[in-house]
Formats: sequence, structure tokens, C-alpha cells
Amino acid sequence: MSKIRYSEIDGNSKGFYLVLVILAGMIGLGGLSALYMEHNGHWVSGMDNQIAWGMPHVFAILLIVAASGALNIASIGTVFNKHAYKPLARLSAILAIALLLGGLLVLVLDLGRPDRLIVAMTVYNLTSIFAWNILLYVGFMGIVAVYIWTMMDRSVSRYYKFMGTFAFVWRLVLTTGTGSIFGFLVARSAYDAAILAPTFIIFSFSIGLAIFLLLIMALYSGTGRELGDALVKRLKNLLGVFIAASLYMVLVFHITNLYAAEHHAFEKFILTGDSIHTTIFWIGFVVLGGLLPLALLYSKLGNSRIMIAIASVLVIIGTASYLYTTIIGGQAIPLEIFPGYEVISSTFGDAEKYYAYTPTIAEILLGLGGVGIALIMVILACKVLRFLPNSLSDAVTDPHYKATTAK
Amino acid sequence: MSKQNHPDKSRRNFITAGAAVATLGLAPGVKFIDVANAGNEPKAVTSEKRWGMLIDTNKCAEGCNDCVTACDKEFGLNETVDGQKLKSRPEQQTHYIRKVKLKNKKTGHTLSLPLLCQHCESPPCVDVCPTGASMRRADGIVKVDMHTCIGCRYCMLACPYKARSFIHEPIENQKPYAPRGQGCVESCNLCVHRVDEGREPACVEACNKSNHKAIYFGDLKDQNSVVSKEMKKQASTQLRDDLRLNTGVRYRGI
Repeated sequence: MSKIRYSEIDGNSKGFYLVLVILAGMIGLGGLSALYMEHNGHWVSGMDNQIAWGMPHVFAILLIVAASGALNIASIGTVFNKHAYKPLARLSAILAIALLLGGLLVLVLDLGRPDRLIVAMTVYNLTSIFAWNILLYVGFMGIVAVYIWTMMDRSVSRYYKFMGTFAFVWRLVLTTGTGSIFGFLVARSAYDAAILAPTFIIFSFSIGLAIFLLLIMALYSGTGRELGDALVKRLKNLLGVFIAASLYMVLVFHITNLYAAEHHAFEKFILTGDSIHTTIFWIGFVVLGGLLPLALLYSKLGNSRIMIAIASVLVIIGTASYLYTTIIGGQAIPLEIFPGYEVISSTFGDAEKYYAYTPTIAEILLGLGGVGIALIMVILACKVLRFLPNSLSDAVTDPHYKATTAK
Repeated sequence: MSKQNHPDKSRRNFITAGAAVATLGLAPGVKFIDVANAGNEPKAVTSEKRWGMLIDTNKCAEGCNDCVTACDKEFGLNETVDGQKLKSRPEQQTHYIRKVKLKNKKTGHTLSLPLLCQHCESPPCVDVCPTGASMRRADGIVKVDMHTCIGCRYCMLACPYKARSFIHEPIENQKPYAPRGQGCVESCNLCVHRVDEGREPACVEACNKSNHKAIYFGDLKDQNSVVSKEMKKQASTQLRDDLRLNTGVRYRGI
């Protein structure tokens, strides 16, 4: 392996500015959507008192889960000493911060009273996993920022290993916290399961890596830098493992639920029901987000970068589908308030078979605004600081490269 | 030097006069506050009492909606100024209390009951609230502090009874005793403003007025209260008692 050199991206091509304009447009539309919902009230959204968390939460949690997973690439290099991953650590870490910031902005701008953010930052009810998450998220950004510092500044590089390990442990706790937002909801059949925390961690591995793969492929082809096949192959094989693991976690969750009579109604609703959630679960998550990318990555097609990119996009779609059925599907089934009774009528929707939800364009644009924030932050960071290695050719990243070529 | 021996008294006189005027001006105000507060000293809420309800589903009349109407009127729920139409869809509107009709799956027996915040001893909504806006008073009343609620809606996901509503549109005709505002979550507070005055909640009053008398209200810790006596007479149940929330609202006949 040769010495790794980093440099800023030139960022003066038409393509670069076009990307910036598109992302700025996404951010602008997201901001306008937030203003529109805050000004009018949430009645203009698709959310209501049955589906209290809608599309913005799907986007926000997707970004937050992806953030912790994006850091994984750096952790594999720093904590587990895999040399091939070390050149990627800086980009991995800045991507993690950017995705988290994007997700948090969506979450905050969807609050009923975002102007009271100062209350959330100063008053903590420590029995709330939400309050814990506020501390975990803010802490994550600070810790990863210091981690980046130890990577970029030789004078503090002796703390590199420590900060990398600290950030790795912190991210595991953070995703545990995100999964526990649902895991701790005792009243709902769809949630109330400890397995949701590790499930979210596994999903973070796969979506974080998928976004990272797409990003380096785009950045390296866009800037004309070399990205070796050895590294891409390593990453795509790892992505396959994570996809299989996420399918496994969801399988265990549902099998456990099927064993308990109290969860049968929910399982029937998600797995065999006639709502959109059943379609999204099977087509969106299992087929498009699980089996198809596995087939793409582990067949001969997996040698093609286009196919790897498609598989990565499918993983994002799969994770979004899983989160949609978990977050919105979990609220869509009426609460079982009267076991043994059938609700014949109610003045507040208890007799519904399930609650419908149609996201409005404003909710989707708000979510996309968060994506825009995350991406623009990464691109600008690469423009002003040395995040990207000049080359990720096999000579740079593959520890066995010299040995094989020397023969 | 002469100035030091004979200080300019005009400033001293001015301050003295000013103080006198201020005293004369403020004194009546202070006195009026005393008058205004007379006999109205706020009493600290203690855990010596626990407010609760027993709802007798045998007495609750099907088709009667008086408790809901009274509650809506008491808090000005889903009302608009000048008779304008509400912007919120029905599923977005506020419900502190709702009527539900049930059928026993095995026996076919039907019954009707009002469903409201169950005022749990261990309320999930209070546990999950990040800012502590969702809170439980020492006397068992669960309510939302509208000044610190950030509208995250986590409590709505946590409540096992779907007792909470989010305010989806601007509100103009708030009642002085019940601050409400767009972007916050709210729920039944057991008519805390009435209870603190020694009155009973609006739904209880309406139910009694309609002569159904299906809701008993009182102090669960007082063995001599109507609600305690009624509970002693016949079996009652908590909704979702598997969650061990020790609800303040109990039901008879289910």
C-alpha cells in the first residue's frame, strides 16, 4: 500500500455547480414546505390524530439511521484495523455528520412548535428516550467532528484510535436509542420489542454503506479520480452481508410476533392484509430491498459498477420501505383497547379496520430538503477540506496488491 | 467648599417627594392585590388525594353523547370564530372524550361507554415526553403543560388509549382556564380547573343532568367518597390492565 494523499475537489465544473443548484433547490423547497406547514398548522399535512408521525419521520429516521451506519466505514478502519478502509474514514465521518444533521432538521421542522427547540435543548425528562436521543445526536456530531480532527491534524493524531473507538461505541448507543423510540412503546403491538434496537443497527449498516458506495462512485467518477475494483468489490460483498442480516432481523421479529396470539392481528395486517403496507413490505422491502440486491451483488452482475449502484439504490428503497411499514404501518392498525370486544362504532375512528394515510407533497419535500442538506454539506466539505484521497486505486487500498503484482 | 457645607437640597427634596408619590401610587395597588387574593390562596396539590372515575357501562346510554358535547363546550373544542368551517379533517380534530360502542365477540352482548384519558399512575405519555410537558400532578391528574410542549407527538404514539390530540390549526377562542394552541398536544385534564374549585368535571355533570348517572367521580384514596364506595360494591376493571398502569378511570360492566 502506498501513502495516502488527500486533496480538495476542484469544484469548478458545470456539473459541480449543477449539482449544487439542484441540491439548493431541494433545500429551498424543503424550507418552504416547513414554513407552509408551520404557518397553516399541520392540517395541511396528511398526518392526523391516528397517524401522528408521517412521511417527515420516515425521512428523518432514515437519515439518522443512515448517519450512524455511514460512520461504520471509518470504524472498520480505525477500530478493527482494516487498512483498506482507512483512506475512506474522513469521508465516512463527514457523511455521518451530514446525514444526521439532515435528519435532525427534518425532525425539528416537523415539530408542532419548532420555535420551542430551545425548550427541548434545555429541559430534559430523562425517562424519555427522546430526551436521551437529543443528547446522543448532539454528542455524536461533536465526537465525530473531533474524530475527523484527529485524522486531519498530525499534532493530535495520537488520539485517533481512541476517538475512533469512542465514536464507534457512541454510534451503537445512538442507533440503539433510535430503535428504542419504537421499542419502548409498550402500548402498540407493532412496537414494544427489544429486537427493534439491534434491527435498526443492522439497517444502519446496510443503508449507511449503500449511501457511501453511491457517494464514492459518484464523487470519483465526477472528479476523474481512480477508484479501484478491489475496494468496490470489498464494499459490495460487505453490503450483501448486511442486506442478508437485515432480512434475518425482520424475519426473527415477525416469527416471534407470530408466536404470540396478542400480535396476530398486527402480523395479519402487515403480512397478509389488503392495505398498502403489505405491498410495501413484500415488494418494497423483501423483494426490491432484499432479495433483488442480494442477487445483483452476488451474481456475475455484481462485477458491474452500474449494477452495484442499482443494488445500493435498492437498499435505500428497501430501508425506506421497512421504515414506512414500521412507522406508519405501526400506527395504521387501531389500538387494541378492548381485548375480547369488537368495536362497532366510535366517534373517533376506533371501529376502522385500519387508518389510511396519504402523504402530502409538502411532507415529501420537507424530507427531501433534509437529503439535500446532507448531500450539499458533504460536497462543500470535500471542496474546502481534504476529505477525499487523490486515488482509491487498488495500489492504495488493497494490502495484497504489491504481493500479487510482484510475482 | 461652601458647596460641601451647604449641599444642594433640591435633589434631596426631589427624591423624597418622588418616594412619597411612588408610595402613595403603589400602596392602593398592593392593597388591591391583597383584596383580590383574599380567600383565594392557591393550595398546594398533594398526593393525599387521587382523583378518579368509575364508569358504569350498564347505565351509559347508547346514542347519548352528552358527556362529549359538554366536554367540547367546556374547552371550546373544534369551535370556530364567526361560524367558519374547521380546516382540520375529522380525524385531525380534537377529542378529549369519545363514545365507543362495543360487542362482546363471544356472547354478542353490546355496550356503550365514554373513553377518555385514563389518568394512569404510570402514564406512558409522561415517560416518553422529552421536555416533561406531559405531566402527572400529585393528585393523579395527567395533563399537558402547553407552555413547554414542543409538539413532537411522541406521547400520542405512547398512549394506549389514543386519548391525545394534536392541535392542527390556529385556535382563537381559548377559554381563560384552558390555554390551548396550534402545534401542541392536548387531552382530557379531568377538568382540573373545576376540580381545583371543588366542582366535578363537565362530563360527569352532563351525565348526571341527563339522569343516566353513569360516571362516579371523586377521590380514590378517600374510602368514604362515592367513587370508592361504588368500587367496593361491584367489580370494576381497568382498560388494558395487562399494562399495569393503574389507571384512575375504571369501568364497570366490561
